[in-house]
Amino acid sequence: MSGKAWKFGDNISTDLIAAGRYAHLRTNLPELAKHVLEDARDEFRTGVKQGDFVVGGRNFGLGSSREHAPTIIKMAGTSCVAAKSFARIFFRNCINIGLPAVRVDTDRIDDGDELELDLAAGVLRDRTKGMELSFPPMPKVMTDILSAGGLVPYLKKNKGFKLA
Amino acid sequence: MPLTLAEKLISMHAGREVRAGELTVVKVDFAYVQDWTGPLTVDKIAELGAGLSSAPSHTAVFIDHASPSSFREVSSGHVKLREYARSSGCLLHDVGEGVSHLVLGEKITAPGMLMVGADSHTCQGGALGAFATGMGSTDIAVAIATGETWMLVPEAIRVEVTGRLKPGVYSKDIILYLIGLIGSDGATYQSLEFFGETIESLSIPGRTTISSMAVEAGGKCGLFEPDGHTLEWLRENGREGDYREIKADRGAHYARVIKIDAASLEPMVSFPHMVDNTRPVSHPDCRNVPVHQAYLGSTTNGYFEDFEAAAKVLKGRHAAPGARLVITPGTKSVYRKMMSSGLMDVFLDAGGVINSPGCGACPGSHEGILGDGENCVASINRNFKGRMGNPRAFVYLASPATVAASAIEGKLADPRRYL
Ligand code: SF4
Repeated sequence: MSGKAWKFGDNISTDLIAAGRYAHLRTNLPELAKHVLEDARDEFRTGVKQGDFVVGGRNFGLGSSREHAPTIIKMAGTSCVAAKSFARIFFRNCINIGLPAVRVDTDRIDDGDELELDLAAGVLRDRTKGMELSFPPMPKVMTDILSAGGLVPYLKKNKGFKLA
Repeated sequence: MPLTLAEKLISMHAGREVRAGELTVVKVDFAYVQDWTGPLTVDKIAELGAGLSSAPSHTAVFIDHASPSSFREVSSGHVKLREYARSSGCLLHDVGEGVSHLVLGEKITAPGMLMVGADSHTCQGGALGAFATGMGSTDIAVAIATGETWMLVPEAIRVEVTGRLKPGVYSKDIILYLIGLIGSDGATYQSLEFFGETIESLSIPGRTTISSMAVEAGGKCGLFEPDGHTLEWLRENGREGDYREIKADRGAHYARVIKIDAASLEPMVSFPHMVDNTRPVSHPDCRNVPVHQAYLGSTTNGYFEDFEAAAKVLKGRHAAPGARLVITPGTKSVYRKMMSSGLMDVFLDAGGVINSPGCGACPGSHEGILGDGENCVASINRNFKGRMGNPRAFVYLASPATVAASAIEGKLADPRRYL
């Protein structure tokens, strides 16, 4: 998976990703997706290309449990969200919908850098800077859910949780 | 080995003793959704191809976020939820019954339960000694369909609060102070566990204010040991038999211990656009901040005691010209009590407008959306940009008494002047 970095700051809340004023669009995800990250960086929703990366700072995705937030980030074609840290529910939602979320030191990534994700190797490569950022391995249950494409396909396959 | 409250509660549902850092599958006692997250959960249940609900009497749908709805799309989502409730046989709390967490606190939540909800403030259940945590729509679909979920047993932070709160200072000020201290990610993935004489003195509504905001520091849950106040609350709600004792073990391992001297606290205010951006109300930044809307209600301050604290300040007074006073009772029973106790008269005399029980203006889709450039001081739990419906408006968080005082003055104000 590779694409261009879109940089965001610290504390990107779910209100900035999927705003409350568009709550009436929650049952219409394609319409809601047109407003993804609108209040954080308006040009993202029109400029994002298939494979691009959302790159945040600390505490990405804090706030509400709305799964619509990572869902519309994924629908925008994003291959991965990389951040210094994630809020708990947002992170879990990303895994459940099959959107890789990786914890790396994003300070050294600049807006527009060419990025490449190697999930199996645990590395995010910045091809513009020629650097590799590694991230701690996820628990097996999470990588299994991700590789199945999300929690629903994972459960259909496994008929239950396999933690070990 | 001695266990924290989180370790103890999760162990009770894992069928074995688990410790912080372990992954485990747990049995879920109760799972619920609200009208913003619920329609997606219903879709995911269908995708799973599972039955409608493994335990319908332990599943609930709440229509509280848009209640009654202002958009036809939302109304159609409500239709879908009612249909799901009917066909699955799960509990339905429809328009006007109140905020999910508060209704559950009255009717269902009990010490020792493990609850999951598709709403981040599910952590409020910790006030009654339940392990309660928020998740997304898919996770809740799985919990509803299978009766189980998986979780990482969290490390815990022990918060010890001692000393007597001064008049005009409330549990809201304790939690705002704590979040200001540790930051909006200061407890990420962790269990916040509250102890000490000040905590023991708090009623259940006072505790729910704190537990609901655990997530505003990134916490997975905010837990309290059940005690006499818990028993009293259950008794008032006709559920005395639900009481059980659960205590953290002495010598349990805490990742961090935070001590707070309640006697030294002042009323606190969170400035836009972050919950951890706090100041005591005496701070110079709090001078001359105009208030266009003063808002009472929400999960965090939606019980009777919260409105009573505001009414004490407002009694015989009126909101300043240019300051709207908007009030949303947390549940229908709170609404009734506000009527029978004369609180409604106090609010109406003060120029207040009353919404139907539910989330009201908190989530930013109806019943008090802010205009461009407007400031709102609210008893709600978060103030992110766009929270109350307008990214060009500004939300300040405070206790109900501080909200009431600010309504009177038309600017941020110290409630102690009016007590
Ligand atoms: S009152 Fe506010 S915080 Fe509580 S459930 Fe409703 S929107 Fe969420």
